[in-house]
Amino acid sequence: MKPDGPNRNPSTQKKNGPSFFILHPASFFLRLLSYCPRPATSNFAKSAWRTYSMVAALVVLWAIFAYVTDSTFLTARNFSNLMRQTTITAILAVGMLMVIVTGQIDLSVGSVVGLTGGLTAIAQAWLGWGLWASLAMGLTTGLAVGAVQGLFVAYANIPAFIVTLGGLLAWRGAIKGLSKGNTIPINLASFKAIGQDYMPPAIGWALALLAMIALGYFMVRRHRARLRYGIVATRLGAVILSLAWAVVLILAFTGTLNAYAGVPIPVIIWLAVALSGAFLTQQTIFGRYLFAIGGNPEAARLSGINLRRHLLAVFCIMGALTGVAGIIYTARVGAASPDAGRLLELDAIAACVIGGASLMGGRGTVLGACLGALFMASLDNGMSLKNVPDFTQDIVKGAILVTAVGLDVWGRERS
Amino acid sequence: MSESHTSILLEMRAISKSFSGIRALEDAHFDLRRGQVHALVGENGAGKSTLIKILTGVYPCTDYAGEIYLDGCRCRLHGVSHAQAAGISVIHQELSLVPPMTVAENIFLGREPRRMGIIHWNEIYRRVDALLRRIKLDIDPRAPIYALGLAQRQLVEIAKALSNEARILVLDEPTAALTEAEIDVLLAIIKDLRSQGVGIIYVSHKLKEVFAISDRVTILRDGRVVGTYATEALTEARLIAQMVGREVDQQFPKSSHTLGDAILQADEITVEDPSRSGKRLVDRVSFTVRRGEVLGIAGLMGAGRSELLMAIFGAYPRHATGSLWLKGQPVRLNDPCEAIRRGMGFVTEDRRRYGLILDQSVLHNLTFAWLKHSYGRFIIDRDAEVALAENALREWQIKAASVFVGAGTLSGGNQQKVVLARWLLNRPQVLLMDEPTRGIDVRAKQEIYAQINALAQSGLAIVLVSSDLPEVLGLSDRILVMHAGRLTGEFSRADATPETIMACATGERI
Repeated sequence: MKPDGPNRNPSTQKKNGPSFFILHPASFFLRLLSYCPRPATSNFAKSAWRTYSMVAALVVLWAIFAYVTDSTFLTARNFSNLMRQTTITAILAVGMLMVIVTGQIDLSVGSVVGLTGGLTAIAQAWLGWGLWASLAMGLTTGLAVGAVQGLFVAYANIPAFIVTLGGLLAWRGAIKGLSKGNTIPINLASFKAIGQDYMPPAIGWALALLAMIALGYFMVRRHRARLRYGIVATRLGAVILSLAWAVVLILAFTGTLNAYAGVPIPVIIWLAVALSGAFLTQQTIFGRYLFAIGGNPEAARLSGINLRRHLLAVFCIMGALTGVAGIIYTARVGAASPDAGRLLELDAIAACVIGGASLMGGRGTVLGACLGALFMASLDNGMSLKNVPDFTQDIVKGAILVTAVGLDVWGRERS
Repeated sequence: MSESHTSILLEMRAISKSFSGIRALEDAHFDLRRGQVHALVGENGAGKSTLIKILTGVYPCTDYAGEIYLDGCRCRLHGVSHAQAAGISVIHQELSLVPPMTVAENIFLGREPRRMGIIHWNEIYRRVDALLRRIKLDIDPRAPIYALGLAQRQLVEIAKALSNEARILVLDEPTAALTEAEIDVLLAIIKDLRSQGVGIIYVSHKLKEVFAISDRVTILRDGRVVGTYATEALTEARLIAQMVGREVDQQFPKSSHTLGDAILQADEITVEDPSRSGKRLVDRVSFTVRRGEVLGIAGLMGAGRSELLMAIFGAYPRHATGSLWLKGQPVRLNDPCEAIRRGMGFVTEDRRRYGLILDQSVLHNLTFAWLKHSYGRFIIDRDAEVALAENALREWQIKAASVFVGAGTLSGGNQQKVVLARWLLNRPQVLLMDEPTRGIDVRAKQEIYAQINALAQSGLAIVLVSSDLPEVLGLSDRILVMHAGRLTGEFSRADATPETIMACATGERI
């Protein structure tokens, strides 16, 4: 097969390939999260534009906060805090992204965080369960809630908006009843560690090394595969250069976090969730089907895709991730309040939407959702550093959500 | 008569328009006279829709070069409502009626006559009655749009345009979804409007209609006007030659080949109407298809042909009964998954609605049915997938910049090729096709016909539903005719004539 036949577009391919990494080192680190060495996704031009503008907006925001806080914002300690603050919203956003891509919505997430976190605490404090048993309690509760809601949506044909709006009320009521309105303290140190501890720096470096080796392996393998299929002629030099950028970013990330106290354990969990989510949505048939279902359900059905099973699966994944988020939330706070997690569903949805997901379904990336969560957390963090009053923070966040989506719509219409 | 008939209603001069550097129209001239039907023909992508969009204000006057004159006066159109106020109305391929609202509400939507701020319903019904009489449409103005057939909806659109005092009526592929009888009604109404002095621009791929109705023809090719001719000075062959820039020799080059053994056997397929119990959309239809055979199914709109295909493909769980055998094995009628696994493919009627995911890439559209069935694994080998898709692009001559562009940006013909290519990646043994060439241009049609013949020759069994009679006659080895859900005729290729098929399709001869 010739390397560039008439139907290929070598120029765009080249542009989308290495130069993406060369010009935008910051975005490459984030692309790592998406486990996607090759950025040739469907509407790549659009999603790349989206990623550029997200990263640019983030850099501008960080620069502003660095300026107004006399660089407090950029210290290793604050970076560590920022990452920990992003974790819960980001984990929820990964699940929410899959729900939104299939054209559904989950409004119950905040209440389910309260329920799973609360049941985990009840298992420990009142039932005397150990670490693993209580973790299993939190995760299976999340999964079960997701399965119930998924069954209603997929098999009883009740709109997800209604099912999960009901869930928002019912699951919150459930945890209020089960905890009898009490805040349940956590005493198990090994459990608190999940939300509060840091990896020893040595392990942090070891993981970074592992990530770099894995990345190198996948990039070289992909390069070989592309040469074999004659899809596009990337030069080996370009591959090495983009790999070099990735290495620099991984080192910077690990180095900064280690300069304070090490990589926080919740951040490790977030990265693992995000990598799996990106892998699932971009590299598997399951993920492809989610986009097909969200893009055109009728066409998906007539192409032999089982809509119901996929919807159910998506809600189960969302439920399980909500369980993960509930556990981290409770561990971080060190107690489970019946009000825990209120309004988190809105943060998660906002993160997805700011990250370029369409509420109509069929469009969105895990990378974008994580960037969106990081953006929201940066706003919270930076404004709190400057002691901006609570109500002002809410107004700013609301305005930024609408502006971000407005700009995206405007950019889309112009292009 | 001669005065009003020759006066120029509209003139478009030196129109040029480009989209991000690509010329869609270059120095195009067009004029329309009062009381004339002016046909606009050309392949898809020739610039017809761009010209129409400029005329109807979709692209405002700041977006293109050139001038538009209405009744001899320079006119700068700033938007759709401005064009409508100037008396220009367009009836699109995709109709713009609101299904749950009534005929009368739709006709006056957004411009309801009022009395003291309250909608003046008596006035509306009085005017709607007059309009419906004018186009000889006998329906209840209080009927909701969803209760009407496609042809009637089209006429309601025309009534809506006329209610707007339209002097220039643009019909964009008005007959794409209509049956022969409905087309005749529509053409009669167009003639009527013409004699009332309305200027009509008629965009169509169906040359027979162009010759039946138009006074003049303008041919576009690659964004340029090739020429404007009086219709009687043209022949069909010459018109096609001008459109494609070369002579299309033989429309249906059917090569003879021997048929294999029976592969698909349908027995007493029945589909109940999901919305009305007791009514059957398909009533005890039985047939067999052999390997390498093209089985045409002819019939009028609403005869149950699409429903028959949908039922065979398992898209009507719970509403379809009967039995189906594929290669002697029974197939359940309740799941497209199963049908695909057994080797069936289904090219649906409305590719935009049921076939494609328009805002996703050509790549994803090509491969998503193939992924599971030929792969069966969890992880996608994306490089292999891209290589496969690029191959399909070449093999089907799909005109797309790359496999990564959105499917919605392709022309109708190329979109249809994407749908066909997708199913063939699955290597099916039976391919069901519902109106595979609807709304696509002459050259793409030719290419699809050639592919259908080649596929049949390679042993694929094809069930072809089409409202285009010459197409069914030209492609099929055998033709079934349906009327009101039942089979009313079966012809071999040699016996079939348009007249006999039409007689069965209208229920005159069973």
